[in-house]
Amino acid sequence: MSAAATAIATSPRDSVENWPLLDRVGYYAAWTAGVALIVVAATIVIYLAIKGAQYFDLGMFTESPTADIDQSKSGGFKDPLLGTILLTVMATAIAAPIGVAIAVWLTEYGRPAWLARAVESGIEVVAGTPSIVLAIFGLLVFQQQALGFLSFEAEGNAVFGRSFIAAATMMSLIALPLVVGGTREALHAIPGHVREASYALGKTKAATIRRVLLPAARPGIGTGTALGMGRVAGDTAIVIVLLGATLQIQRGSDGLFGLFRGTGSTMTSYVFFNSPAGEGNAPEKAYLAAFVLLIVVMILNFAITRIARGRQVSWSR
Amino acid sequence: MLGAVACLVLVLIAGMVIFVFAKAWPSFAHNGLAWFGSGGDVDLQFEDIYNSPANPDEYVYELRAWPLLWGTFLITAGAVAIGLTFALFAAIFIVEFAPAQVNRILEPVVRLLAAVPSVVYGLIGILVLVPFVADHLLSQERKESVNYVVQLDGSGLMVGILILTVMITPIMVAIVVDALRAVPRSWIEGASALGANRWRVMWTIAVRTARPAIVAAAVLATARALGEAIMLSMVAGSASFAPNPLDGLTFFFEPTRPLASALVENVEGLTVVPLGQTLYAFAAILLVTSMALSLGGWAAKQPMRKYGVRP
Repeated sequence: MSAAATAIATSPRDSVENWPLLDRVGYYAAWTAGVALIVVAATIVIYLAIKGAQYFDLGMFTESPTADIDQSKSGGFKDPLLGTILLTVMATAIAAPIGVAIAVWLTEYGRPAWLARAVESGIEVVAGTPSIVLAIFGLLVFQQQALGFLSFEAEGNAVFGRSFIAAATMMSLIALPLVVGGTREALHAIPGHVREASYALGKTKAATIRRVLLPAARPGIGTGTALGMGRVAGDTAIVIVLLGATLQIQRGSDGLFGLFRGTGSTMTSYVFFNSPAGEGNAPEKAYLAAFVLLIVVMILNFAITRIARGRQVSWSR
Repeated sequence: MLGAVACLVLVLIAGMVIFVFAKAWPSFAHNGLAWFGSGGDVDLQFEDIYNSPANPDEYVYELRAWPLLWGTFLITAGAVAIGLTFALFAAIFIVEFAPAQVNRILEPVVRLLAAVPSVVYGLIGILVLVPFVADHLLSQERKESVNYVVQLDGSGLMVGILILTVMITPIMVAIVVDALRAVPRSWIEGASALGANRWRVMWTIAVRTARPAIVAAAVLATARALGEAIMLSMVAGSASFAPNPLDGLTFFFEPTRPLASALVENVEGLTVVPLGQTLYAFAAILLVTSMALSLGGWAAKQPMRKYGVRP
């Protein structure tokens, strides 16, 4: 959104006061809408900042949550915080390579054309699918007997179907369209003569993509991935359905894979369970957790702005 | 090889449709078209389904989902209608009228509003807006007037629509801004040269050219609004009640429960076979609607290609 790119040059005599009434109404409505957006965002951030500061407690970051009616004993959100980080990293690790691959295929190959169009609209469909639908579809998939090794096995050979792997796989679908979108945009922005120059030097198409196009598209890939991470960190439905939303991280077995098989919760589900709508009902803890979540989202947003502004490759003709 | 990865997306969508519908079929089959009709109390029907006997032949499937569908429709339509108007004016502001300094703030603000987790919106709604409505906007008489049908506690249609509007407006603003920026500059300058003022130029030339994008924005925001489960289950009242527009002002305070919220609230009952199948029927409805909307939005954006906006 570059400022004033389309600003119309006007003569000094064309001031708003001389416009017809309806035009003036429209003009002020536009101002109101713009200012209202800023006011709403500022209200949310400031309100949560005040509440977060009011209930700030360093212990919340280092204590595991426990189930206790006495709120002074129900612990902090160490496990949910770790859960958010782990889940976001896992989901991004799945979504980023697949998303970049799809975007490269769409822009650089895209043959046959009907298949490319189908995939393109397919991405759109995935982007529009509600996360709760993805969640219970994921449950259906990961409860298959063959995928039992990816989650707990309950008694009677029933597969539990809820684990970090299950949740991360479905979460990656939320991030995927954003990664694809960011990468595609960046690849489209690279002029054709750059590709031709690479071919002229004898590079193959695959080498061109790897050595020339992908490095140049890095800011776009970064933006898309960061957007995707924000969405993953902010989703609740998949966590509640597919991660088990257990208070503490429960390992499925020993080792790293056991952690991936295990269940846990994230900051979003922690906020939900501690809101009056959930079972915990500890608004102070929910406020602090929500503020932490907001900070995470704001950091990611800041990163996006930085990535988008810096490292802009300018192609000379 | 890359093509095979891309095809995974199509396989996934096909798998999703087949799996979900196969699982949902008994619920549709037992109720027929009456599934979409009204009749009885949905909450009681849920209970009966949950408590159905263990014998597969005696499973209870009786469900009349109209209150949930109606609630989904009301909240989505309300939020999209308000949000679209708002987003249109905000986009015009960003593209044409905002001073550069204001735009430097507005750009991250729009992105932030789009990125705030829905559960945070829900928390603010349930801890701030719901008590406010209950204390200041809801009179005792109003509560008593409908007490024999439904309890009013502040959460309901109005708060749900309000927060959902805040959630989906930034999505629409982003799409409309891109489209308005892509309007050929010569058209805008031409209109200016003919003596139209800045507002007229935006309203009659730019907005009209960007119509496909505005439709696409509305459609995509609808898809997003439909799937919002957590926030609405927190602030929309969580009663399977169909708000009645004939109730006058009370209508806006009546609680309801959209499909997606009903799904997330009953998710613990998935292990009970008939309830699970009923919930997958909800998912099937949501899946089909959101798919149609996504494809519709994608198709609606296609005419903008000729101005260089990539869908």
